[in-house]
Amino acid sequence: MGKVTFIEHDQTEHVAEFKAGSSVMQIAVDSAIPGIDGDCGGECACGTCHVIVTNEWFSKTGTPGNEEEQMLSMTPERASTSRLGCQVVLTDEMDGMTVHLPEFQM
Amino acid sequence: MVSKRKERTVIVGGGHAAGALLTALLQKKYQHEVVLVGNEPHPPYHRPPLSKNYLTGDVDQESLYLKPRSVYENAGHQLRLGVRVEQIDRDSSTISLSDQSRLQYDRLVLATGSHLRHLNAPGADLNGIHYLHDIADSEVLREQLVAGKRLVVVGGGYIGLEVAASANKKGVNVTVLEAAERLMQRVTGPEISAFLYDKHRGAGVDVRLNTAVTGFEAGDQGHVAGVTLADGSTVPADIVLVSIGIIPETALAKDAGLPCDNGIIVDEFTRTEDPAILAIGDCTRHRNLFFEKMQRLESVANAVDQARTAAATLMGEEKPYDSVPWFWSNQYDVRLQMVGLSQNHDQRVVRGTPEDKGFAVFYLREGCVIAVDAVNLPLAFLVGKTLVQQRRTINPELIEDPDTELKSLVNGRLQS
Ligand SMILES: Cc1cc2nc3c(=O)[nH]c(=O)nc-3n(C[C@H](O)[C@H](O)[C@H](O)COP(=O)(O)OP(=O)(O)OC[C@H]3O[C@@H](n4cnc5c(N)ncnc54)[C@H](O)[C@@H]3O)c2cc1C
Ligand code: FES
Repeated sequence: MGKVTFIEHDQTEHVAEFKAGSSVMQIAVDSAIPGIDGDCGGECACGTCHVIVTNEWFSKTGTPGNEEEQMLSMTPERASTSRLGCQVVLTDEMDGMTVHLPEFQM
Repeated sequence: MVSKRKERTVIVGGGHAAGALLTALLQKKYQHEVVLVGNEPHPPYHRPPLSKNYLTGDVDQESLYLKPRSVYENAGHQLRLGVRVEQIDRDSSTISLSDQSRLQYDRLVLATGSHLRHLNAPGADLNGIHYLHDIADSEVLREQLVAGKRLVVVGGGYIGLEVAASANKKGVNVTVLEAAERLMQRVTGPEISAFLYDKHRGAGVDVRLNTAVTGFEAGDQGHVAGVTLADGSTVPADIVLVSIGIIPETALAKDAGLPCDNGIIVDEFTRTEDPAILAIGDCTRHRNLFFEKMQRLESVANAVDQARTAAATLMGEEKPYDSVPWFWSNQYDVRLQMVGLSQNHDQRVVRGTPEDKGFAVFYLREGCVIAVDAVNLPLAFLVGKTLVQQRRTINPELIEDPDTELKSLVNGRLQS
């Protein structure tokens, strides 16, 4: 078990618990956190699960893969630590991580 | 304030649209009592994996659920699952349920989805002939997909092809029978059809085009043994999947006197003719602001977007539905993403080639990009989404030119 903090664009904070193996998108959706949709259910097809990982945690989540990078490259709020939440599989090492949500999803 | 019964909104159907509506309502802190009545025993779930990684056994049932049931209930929404709505009585604003109870509504949202088109042909009742629409269907089919068995898929649409790919992965010998001259004819152009044809043939699937099915041959104990074709031949089969499309589920609405014509008719705010009744998802044909016509769509994106529009309408906000349709399909290592509707194009421009890692077909009409189908090229899909949305006219040579960056086709807002 671990926890991830999601910070909405308006700075509202939400904390979601996770079991290792679930994705950042799934735990946010399961907790009904606004600002992350996950419309395709994690198929890397919709781009509605954009999160911006805080710098200090980015080394834990790693960088996006090729197709994910293409999806991210068109998001207006792209940051250097952007990821698609459905492609970040949580490990115990990510307990305590904070991610920011963009103002708009794709 | 006088204590009055809280206003009640009832959602009929418990599929993707219904689930997305519950989510939107709980995020908007909707104050009405919300009751969802769904025929299936499950909370709203993702159907796409039913032909993909749920069918291959790579994900479990819980991961299909949009959310755990408790999330809706903790927000105060009630889910009455395994219960069917039998009738709507608009005069008394009540619905009758299969458990003999009745429920009064102030607002009603129909999210009844679709039912499968059945093949009426001799032998259609034999055992071993499957259809795929819900979790139970996928589980029954999965049990049958044992290496070495022979599966015949009737219908080369996206669900039939996804099942073919999943079964092929399991070592099943697959034949796909398609009546039309190419695969997925209804939704894509010839380049993508040809690409998928090669992909399936290359994987060892026997794809037969221009092949009309006339019936099924019986084997032992009422089990199917083969599929008979118009040319008189028979394709031997241990398992058959019939996947020839869906029909919008409009019976309740029709019986209640609401206008239906290939879907429950709704406007851009998801309202039916009755101001108390909305309808969303696969069951609707909506006034599409983007295409300026009545349109029926069968997709998750449409279900979700209409659900969000309905939530706004219920909240008293005016937020018309004007999204550009989009869709995806996964087969083998092919990730197909489609945006727009390509049917009425007058020109096709291909970016890259099928031999490349990814390629895309741009569909133009009078110089304007109206749709893009991208294979393993998400960037083309997203660029296409913007171009279609903005009704952009584009020089076709730029699309084709490998030296022109795809992103440069959308100069302006979305470019980073
Ligand atoms: C195998 C498969 C694969 C798919 N793959 C994709 C894909 O890759 N991408 C994509 O975009 N789309 C895909 N789709 C389509 C997508 O799942 C549908 O467009 C979407 O589910 C529509 O949502 P809906 O809520 O309108 O209808 P549904 O999800 O069909 O839900 C309708 C629900 O209403 C219930 N119901 C109906 N009548 C009543 C009644 N009278 N009382 C109570 N309950 C009732 C039904 O039992 C059903 O549970 C796929 C569909 C299938 C079957
Ligand atoms: S959920 Fe669709 S891309 Fe992540």
